[in-house]
Amino acid sequence: MKNKLIAAPYLVWMVVFILVPLIMVGYFAFTDKEGNFTLDYVADVAQYSQIFVRSIWLAAIATVICLVISYPLAYILTGFSKNTQSTMLMIVMLPMWMNFLLRTYAWMTMLGNNGIINTILGFIGLGPFKMLNTEGAVVLGMVYNYLPYMILPIYSVMVKIDKSVIEAASDLGCNPWKTILRVVFPLSLPGVMSGITMVFVPAISTFIISRMLGGGGNLLIGDLIEMQFLGNAYNVNLGAAISLVLMVIILLIMTIMNQFDNDDGAVLL
Amino acid sequence: MNNIVELKDIVVEFDGERILDKINLNIKDKEFVTLLGPSGCGKTTTLRIIGGFINPDSGTVMFDGKEINGLPPYKRNVNTVFQRYALFPHLNVYENIAFGLRVQKVPEKEINKRVAEMLKLVNLVGFEKRTVQRLSGGQQQRVAIARALVNHPKVLLLDEPLGALDLKLRKEMQIELKRIQQQLEITFIYVTHDQEEALTMSDTVVVMNGGVIQQIGSPVDIYNEPENAFVADFIGESNILNGLMIKDKLVEISGREFDCVDGGFGENTPVDVVIRPEDITIVPPEQAKLCGVVESVIFKGVHYEMLIDAYDYRWMVHSTKAADKGASVGLSFGPDDIHIMHKLKETEKSEEEVPDEE
Amino acid sequence: MKKLSKIYLGLVLFFLYVPIFVLIVFSFNTTKSRTVMSGFTFDWYIKLFRNEIIMESLWNTIIIAVIASITATILGTAAAIGINNMKKVPKAIVMNITNFPIINPEIVTGVSLMLLFVFFAARMNFEFGFWTLLIAHITFSVPYVILNVMPKFRQMDPFLYEAAQDLGCNSRQAFFKVVLPEIMPGVLSGFMMSFTFSLDDFIISYFTSGSDSQTLPVTIYSMTRRKVSPEINALSTIIFLVVVIVLVLKNVIERKSENNKVKVKGEKV
Repeated sequence: MKNKLIAAPYLVWMVVFILVPLIMVGYFAFTDKEGNFTLDYVADVAQYSQIFVRSIWLAAIATVICLVISYPLAYILTGFSKNTQSTMLMIVMLPMWMNFLLRTYAWMTMLGNNGIINTILGFIGLGPFKMLNTEGAVVLGMVYNYLPYMILPIYSVMVKIDKSVIEAASDLGCNPWKTILRVVFPLSLPGVMSGITMVFVPAISTFIISRMLGGGGNLLIGDLIEMQFLGNAYNVNLGAAISLVLMVIILLIMTIMNQFDNDDGAVLL
Repeated sequence: MNNIVELKDIVVEFDGERILDKINLNIKDKEFVTLLGPSGCGKTTTLRIIGGFINPDSGTVMFDGKEINGLPPYKRNVNTVFQRYALFPHLNVYENIAFGLRVQKVPEKEINKRVAEMLKLVNLVGFEKRTVQRLSGGQQQRVAIARALVNHPKVLLLDEPLGALDLKLRKEMQIELKRIQQQLEITFIYVTHDQEEALTMSDTVVVMNGGVIQQIGSPVDIYNEPENAFVADFIGESNILNGLMIKDKLVEISGREFDCVDGGFGENTPVDVVIRPEDITIVPPEQAKLCGVVESVIFKGVHYEMLIDAYDYRWMVHSTKAADKGASVGLSFGPDDIHIMHKLKETEKSEEEVPDEE
Repeated sequence: MKKLSKIYLGLVLFFLYVPIFVLIVFSFNTTKSRTVMSGFTFDWYIKLFRNEIIMESLWNTIIIAVIASITATILGTAAAIGINNMKKVPKAIVMNITNFPIINPEIVTGVSLMLLFVFFAARMNFEFGFWTLLIAHITFSVPYVILNVMPKFRQMDPFLYEAAQDLGCNSRQAFFKVVLPEIMPGVLSGFMMSFTFSLDDFIISYFTSGSDSQTLPVTIYSMTRRKVSPEINALSTIIFLVVVIVLVLKNVIERKSENNKVKVKGEKV
């Protein structure tokens, strides 16, 4: 129990498989193919600023939509009885347990020009609309895939709010709307913050959703990285540089988020 | 003085269980009323009905002469001090107290003034900017009181507000609450299971058990003239014996006849007889009608507590003089010390032990 | 208000489930059409089970998930015990590094491990495949185990261990008889998380698998890249069914044990 050595195997593992690989990303980002120091690749990332902006923009839209959908949903869930709550939560979370490639594939088949949505619209004389391979489809895919990541943290913070605090607000003159605004919302803020990061981070770095639903024309940061490592563009140094920039962006965003939330991160999962 | 709160035939059922059974209660303006009873007796439910958090299944709630059934809490001119304070964790002391005023959109200047008044009233000047989690239990308590009182409610409801404090702090707060109530001249309705607290602070005590009001009266009345064995047992310690009312002013206890002062029970009626431990004097056996053997003697500080076996009952006696363990002694008490009461229905008695948090 | 919230809940559930049900329905379609049901057939299921690539990658996925989650659980639990006894500063450093694979976008974790493996593959003469996959899966699982176990130490009565020793346990007995049962819920949920994440992982596997040893999600990905194949629908249906059965069972068991707890409590009173 008092023996710290018991952590030793993990510490070795951590250094070799977490720390060293991250250092290697940094190393490759700042060296050329011969291993000489260079800033070229990091500077090259600037060429792709359009893709960075698009990624941040689409991920931000998806995050906002997720928040708008999830917040009322989480609030509604907390209103049910204990048993109904756990059943409803299971039903809401269940699609998340399907592999996300399959979930994305489902939308791919539905959004196509002769997919089921356009067929149904055709019956009432509309369309066909081009839905697949658009930015809208990418955002839709992000919302669909990551919605549960927003619902869960908000719900789990909200459900812990002391009932008597809500009663106190009512006692002190708040009608139901004012209670939500002045008490429930501020108290659920840590959940909102962790929901935002849990949606934004995978959304900004995805390459599956953009590839399957966005076609070739809507590249995101994730696609760019993937292309440098496994695609035709093979360029490990550039890939590492892009990864590094992505990490920095995310760390910055997380730091900003943490400003709102001085909790000790207990609501991460 | 007129009634500020009136409850008429209030019935509350929960999952088929009757929590309150036809409660009738009038509370006068500017009074300190305590609802006293064991856990599960319905005292908190009664309080929550007045606060508007529960609607009774039947019966009428009147406030200041108007019916307020179904009126939500935020439209009622009462405020509550919650059991575990329910302070808003995201607001500091100042903002917690100002909360109700901000909701009513009171001008900033006025808020400033009233919060400052309250801080002074509850001795928390200088704590404005503290976060509430960093306060001690007693300080949180004061914030909760200030937060409720700043709205100038006509009635303040307090739900076991001192339950979480240690003994010394509790005694201090009892005195302080009484002072605040007298200073502000508003009605306090106070819920507790602590009989001493009830007797110390109240103008009127309402003893409840099993969803029924057992007795309403001043602390002195409740203590000296309990209406039934439950009240006698719950308030202070008592010897409760089966007795037989032979006729007015004559009762038989343990096979012996005693003079008493009560009457009106009819002849040869079984009754409960209550005798307070401190009303019994220990005398030499030959001077008493009742004799017994001292089973145990415990020193309690102010007095000795002795258990004495006499016939089929174990008597509790409080006395400043100790008898020897194992000695034969006589028990003596006067006619005034014998309290006669109607026998309780069995169901009402058994409610006592229900241990649940309300 | 009540009605409105039910309608809202229904709409969200509709959005979450419709794509999955469309997949399921068309898995029984006789033609490859994704809009018109031409007839009912189990052909795609038969084809699925005869598809050697899929079956092999399924087997791979399960083996890797089992080994990775067990290894990660042991490694992570031991680590949590050791970290818990560390001084403040080393503890903070280790926890921050441990958090990295959780906070970091998966693609960066995948890429960084790929860089490490490429570096060693060249020097030590091994190929991407089973071992690289396994190491990657253990690496992203251990942090979840640690994060699940650590809070259990915080919740545990710090005097339990001493009480056990006081009652005659040596430190090994004290650990196995008293401490381990206390942290067991955390260990179990860490294990379950590792197992499901390992089964479900695509991104990190994508960067660390070889051509001969792939996991099911990687195989699914390559299938979605090729022409339409209703076998994917059949596979989705099966996975969905498995998920539903597992979650319902889990819920039933949890509720039963919860009810038992209530009962025991009631009897005591």
